[in-house]
Amino acid sequence: MGATEFAKLPHIGESVKRKEDLRFLTGVGNYTDDIVQPGQKYAVFVRSPYAHANIKAVDTAEAAAMPGVAAVFTGKDVEGKMGGLPCGWLISNPDGSPMKEPPHPILAQGKVRYVGDHVAMVVADTLEQAKNAAEAVAVDYEELAAVIDMKKASQGPALHAEAPDNHCYQWTLGDKAAVDAVFAGAAHVTRIDLVNNRLIPNAMEPRAANASYNRGTDEYQLYVANQNPHVERLLMTAFVLGLPEHKVRVIAPDVGGGFGSKIFLYAEDVALTWAAKQLNCAIKWTAERSESFVSDAHGRDHISHAEMAMDKDGKFLAMRVHTDANLGAYLSTFASAVPTILYGTLLAGQYATPQIYVEVDGWFTSTAPVDAYRGAGRPEATYLVERLVTRCAWDLGLSQDEIRKRNFITQFPHQTPVALQYDIGDYHACMNQSQQLADVAGFDARRAASEAKGLRRGIGYSSYIEACGLAPSNIAGALGARAGLFEAGEVRVHPTGSVTVFTGSHSHGQGHETTFAQLVAARLGLTPDQVDIVHGDTGRVPFGMGTYGSRSLSVGGTAIMKALDKIEAKAKKIAAHLMEASDADIEFANGEFTVKGTDKKVPFAQVALTAYVPHNYPLDKLEPGLNETAFYDPTNFTFPAGTYICEVEVDPATGVVRVDRFTAVDDFGVIVNPMIVEGQVHGGLVQGMGQALMEHGVYDPDSGQLLTGSYMDYTMPRAADFPEFKLGHVCTPCTHNPIGSKGCGEAGAIGSPPAVINAVLDALKPLGVTDIDMPATPHRVWQAIQSAKA
Amino acid sequence: MQIELKVNGRTVTADVPPNTLLVQFLREHLRLTGTHQGCDTAQCGACTVIADGRSIKACNALAVQMQGADITTIEGLAAADGTLHPMQAAFKECHGLQCGFCTPGMVMSAVDLLAHNPKASEAEIREQLEGNICRCTGYQNIVKAVQTAQQTMAA
Repeated sequence: MGATEFAKLPHIGESVKRKEDLRFLTGVGNYTDDIVQPGQKYAVFVRSPYAHANIKAVDTAEAAAMPGVAAVFTGKDVEGKMGGLPCGWLISNPDGSPMKEPPHPILAQGKVRYVGDHVAMVVADTLEQAKNAAEAVAVDYEELAAVIDMKKASQGPALHAEAPDNHCYQWTLGDKAAVDAVFAGAAHVTRIDLVNNRLIPNAMEPRAANASYNRGTDEYQLYVANQNPHVERLLMTAFVLGLPEHKVRVIAPDVGGGFGSKIFLYAEDVALTWAAKQLNCAIKWTAERSESFVSDAHGRDHISHAEMAMDKDGKFLAMRVHTDANLGAYLSTFASAVPTILYGTLLAGQYATPQIYVEVDGWFTSTAPVDAYRGAGRPEATYLVERLVTRCAWDLGLSQDEIRKRNFITQFPHQTPVALQYDIGDYHACMNQSQQLADVAGFDARRAASEAKGLRRGIGYSSYIEACGLAPSNIAGALGARAGLFEAGEVRVHPTGSVTVFTGSHSHGQGHETTFAQLVAARLGLTPDQVDIVHGDTGRVPFGMGTYGSRSLSVGGTAIMKALDKIEAKAKKIAAHLMEASDADIEFANGEFTVKGTDKKVPFAQVALTAYVPHNYPLDKLEPGLNETAFYDPTNFTFPAGTYICEVEVDPATGVVRVDRFTAVDDFGVIVNPMIVEGQVHGGLVQGMGQALMEHGVYDPDSGQLLTGSYMDYTMPRAADFPEFKLGHVCTPCTHNPIGSKGCGEAGAIGSPPAVINAVLDALKPLGVTDIDMPATPHRVWQAIQSAKA
Repeated sequence: MQIELKVNGRTVTADVPPNTLLVQFLREHLRLTGTHQGCDTAQCGACTVIADGRSIKACNALAVQMQGADITTIEGLAAADGTLHPMQAAFKECHGLQCGFCTPGMVMSAVDLLAHNPKASEAEIREQLEGNICRCTGYQNIVKAVQTAQQTMAA
């Protein structure tokens, strides 16, 4: 079945209300912290108060003797008994040597490297007892100088013996000599320096885990707030604990948001699982919010210099980029891939730039590990490309839309100079629709009205692209991935014709229980209520790579489609037998099997029942039952793209930026549930606008203390901060999956930051302001205005 | 300490340590786990419940302070026959929730908001939800849900 045919099926394109909502709205969801296991004890982690220090001694005697304390585990207890946390992606230097991969111990081994580093774990009967005992663990630290500014990281001191200059890797892509030659002869060169601010993901449900062990079966069970339980299990068993994978069941029940931060294997998950056997009891741990701030993997944190070579008409000839990427104190699960594979390959944007060279230096600093956060590398690429492109326009006296239109890719498939092949898109259509919805024609009048009030108004464009649907495993493997990136799905048709689907994708807000049910219902002629979706449990789902990179529908959904193909093929054989026709003459549509050219028909439910009550059944050539599993490995990435237009009003007296209008036109290919897709866009937009105007993870440059460690210091967007958005859609169906879907989860966070900042700069241009870094807080905007006056 | 209070219409008596937070009392003693805890500085609002007709943050009140109080949590909002409260129904209708973690607190805040300001404008709704953080929805459909409930409840 092709995407065009699929898009016409019933329920496809319908805003079916979510099946999962009832439990969340009535308070009967099942999040990890809601789970209570018999006899469970509570864990509390002793964390480093220093950014960088030697541990001279840890005295646990007093803590261990306190009431209710079952154990106090330190680095010595785990040393030699387990490995460290692995990094899932090998990046190589230009000379072929591998990146520096220092150990990432489960509990600190003689040294701590960021505020919040895990030093010891206390387990006690009650949470209060565990907290009190954690306070009594006496750690003798010898404080060392912190490494906070990655531009000075090479000056030391070294955080890891393996990386004496704190340099993890250099990664390059493109032909430097060819690019340099183009620059030497170019009519115009535009340059820009950018900071992509550090963000703290802040899923509303803090990380949590509850581990138990069964002595009778030698089996472990871990409930954990996680986006990919099979990957969690694989990494934990194969790389850290050395346990047989089949003896560990990982369950990610209802998960309260992830945004990337719950992809990774964290030390707490491992420590709990291991200790559950040592103490032969269930152990629960839930992060406090302040603990999440210091210990969840953070996002972004790049410093870049970029240049564009153009001809006299503003046509892009070549691009040159250098980026310093902060990796934090240790390599988190996908940390190495984010500023490289997921970043450098996106630098062509929507443009036919023929030559691109990018060079990335990854640095260790004494800060929390930095890893994927909604968009993961692609927001950083988009911010760089779209800020640079707008600056190119202004340097040449062109409008922001004109320079984009002159350089848009129009022929597909398109091979970029940075390794990707875009299969399809229509960038002019997105631009045109966005300009119409944004009423760009009325902008001058609105600007005049703002000016009459003493305010400055600006408009900003961003035409983003992302690579989603991770990923063709062979390509990812060639690029350093240490895992496959396929997805698995099992479709179990029950004798009475209802269906349970077991998917490796994980829903933590994305509404898979509804979208996937629509897909299956559409294919089998059922209603979405007749289809249940099971996810997030290694004990029930055959396998899964999980949810990240906007991959669930395009990869996870396609695995289900492939399983449905098998179901349909087998069901046709059963139907042929029932109707005494040849297999080749059976057609299936709207839930009915028919014999071509006759009025014979049997409904799907009858075929399902026959499969399980095979009295009149071709048992000599067909197994009974109707239960199929498929694994799907994509042949290419998918390429969602769109144009966002932001209009801001700036008060020059206070520096306050107000987003007045925001228009987002996206091409996600075929959309199954428009309501859910728009919800994804809304959330992404506010996270992106939060990055542009409010959010910033800041460490003290000397002490290395996290200065933004609570909701009183880290500005989370609130309901009153942004207006209602205008959304539009263009549809060019993805050419290489049967759904035609490209993915929508990250687009908003990828596309919006440069649109906002370009708008702010457009507003401030008349005041002489040429640059501002995110977040464009009132303080920064006001300072920029004053500096321009001086 | 002995306390007696009403929770979702039922009288509850309990002997709790004096430092027990209301959110712990609801979640751990009564096993009403619909009330969530998302922060430790009374900022996120996931733990919002209604006590004696006003929304409060259950992480910021002691159980013993609730002696004699009448508390409604998310579990007590729907009618006894399961019919959703108009605010719950509107959140579903408008897709005002995604991961569901902030949802109970958001719904309880919104119920309180309309109880005290039934004709709240969009701007007032946005401002008065200041004490509830949602990371998924960008608040767009939450605001629409509150407006939808406003219409249903006025009808």
